[in-house]
Amino acid sequence: MKILVCISHVPDTTSKIAFTDNNTKLETSGVQYIIGPYDDYALARAVELKESSGASITVLNVGLAETEPTIRKALAIGADEAIRVNAFPTDSLFVATQIAEQAKNYDLILMGRESIDFNSGVVHAMVGEILGIPSVSPVMKLDIDGTKVTMTKEIEGGKEQVESNLPLVAGCQEPIAEWKIPNMRGIMSARTKPLKIVEPKGIEAISINKKFELPAPKSAVKMISADNVVELVTRLKTEAKVL
Amino acid sequence: MNILVFLETSEGKIKKTSLEAMAYAHGMNGVTTAIVLGKADAGDLQTLGKYGAAKVLHAADTKLDEPIIQVYSSVLAHAMQDEKADVLLLANSSLGTPVAAKVAIKLGASFASNVTELPDTSSGFTVKRSIYTGKAFAFVELTGAKKVITLKKNAAELKETGGNAPVVNYTVPLNEADFNTKILKTEKATGDILLPEAEIVVSGGRGMKGPEHWGILEDLAKALHAATGCSKPVSDMGWRPHHEHVGQTGVKVAPQLYIAVGISGAIQHLAGVNSSKCIVVINKDADAPFFKAADYGIVGDAFEVVPKLTQAILASK
Repeated sequence: MKILVCISHVPDTTSKIAFTDNNTKLETSGVQYIIGPYDDYALARAVELKESSGASITVLNVGLAETEPTIRKALAIGADEAIRVNAFPTDSLFVATQIAEQAKNYDLILMGRESIDFNSGVVHAMVGEILGIPSVSPVMKLDIDGTKVTMTKEIEGGKEQVESNLPLVAGCQEPIAEWKIPNMRGIMSARTKPLKIVEPKGIEAISINKKFELPAPKSAVKMISADNVVELVTRLKTEAKVL
Repeated sequence: MNILVFLETSEGKIKKTSLEAMAYAHGMNGVTTAIVLGKADAGDLQTLGKYGAAKVLHAADTKLDEPIIQVYSSVLAHAMQDEKADVLLLANSSLGTPVAAKVAIKLGASFASNVTELPDTSSGFTVKRSIYTGKAFAFVELTGAKKVITLKKNAAELKETGGNAPVVNYTVPLNEADFNTKILKTEKATGDILLPEAEIVVSGGRGMKGPEHWGILEDLAKALHAATGCSKPVSDMGWRPHHEHVGQTGVKVAPQLYIAVGISGAIQHLAGVNSSKCIVVINKDADAPFFKAADYGIVGDAFEVVPKLTQAILASK
């Protein structure tokens, strides 16, 4: 079985977000980049499948040269080879188009349920649609028997058990697998694993990020004595008007 | 402008988040057609005129009773063409968002999810969407002739505008190949208020010391008609189910009121709650970082403060 794991290269979850260049670019100084946390779950499940059934794993990222340390980390965790599509990931359609271009010969395409930068949460659905194969997300459990795939998918207030067939795209989230931390051997071998750079397929952009904005700053917290919860109820009613 | 709004149902009842999409369509001043797939409450269909629909399409084929994403996306793409619609609006959800993305691909339409405000059409068509898990916004221009937009909760305020709309039976040929995923079983909390859609959320963290203490939070939630949530450590330790985990990698909520009890307020938790209108933090540690993100704070022991708060709320009714 050939598994393609698509990873995003994103600011870590503790990053403070700020913008530069007249609010058109992310301020990257001081930002630590990581494999998208949801993508990390996808990668972890792929490594488990490799260990249990001898699958091969290719990791794919759409990004410029700066993402290579993130890709190498995925190789250290257990992917066998990597592809970097040499382009800035401008929007979901662009990224999905590039993934679909590379994904044609894979049985299982895994990625996170969403990237934690732009949060669209649709690349898996778009890849499935472009390739004409099923896509399921967010997947919390995934098991394969021959070509049959059974999954548990989270829905609002509960879960759904879903069955489909390979080839298939799945958007993953916890607790599909435990995150894997690369060991020294993995880190050493990652340096020499093949990383292929391909040029993107050009498409017309039909959604354009014009500028960014930070939320309005929050006013100072009003502290209320623990002996006076009635005051809290009154304030929620008359001041905040949320009760 | 012709707008098609997809309304999601739960056991036949139309979801409130979908009615927000109707309000959003109303704000766009277009001609709105509402569409409902599968089993639907006849009374609910009738009320859609009040929310601004000029016409209600109901595709009642029983094969649509189960929400299969591929099938729904084909039907909606078909309806977009039949109705010559320019814009498709849906509420963000585990169903609506992937369906929207597939329709966008089928139609070659511009797509945006997590949209928080009405579009700016003064020059072009620009939507504001939530990014970096609520830490920022992006203004995105949608340049395609057709547009598919999914809305974050509270993107538009519910409005009844009066009016009646005919409910039309909508038939569309279904493609067998679209039934490529089967739903074997659905497990859903019934009767409860669903966390992603709740107007008030009561959440507990490690400060609750154990799952056996959740009763006081449930009592408070009941008094407020609220959903219960929890922090990541709480769901990781199995004290509460995963679908109650609020935060960066869990459910993102946008209620009117979020009450956090015994949650210190890690940045990953804040990312899941920063769209709340009002935040109340109850924590015995006066230095808990969550107080900085709160509107109201109480420093005190949860086991004393929470029952008193429940009493005060019940007394105020």
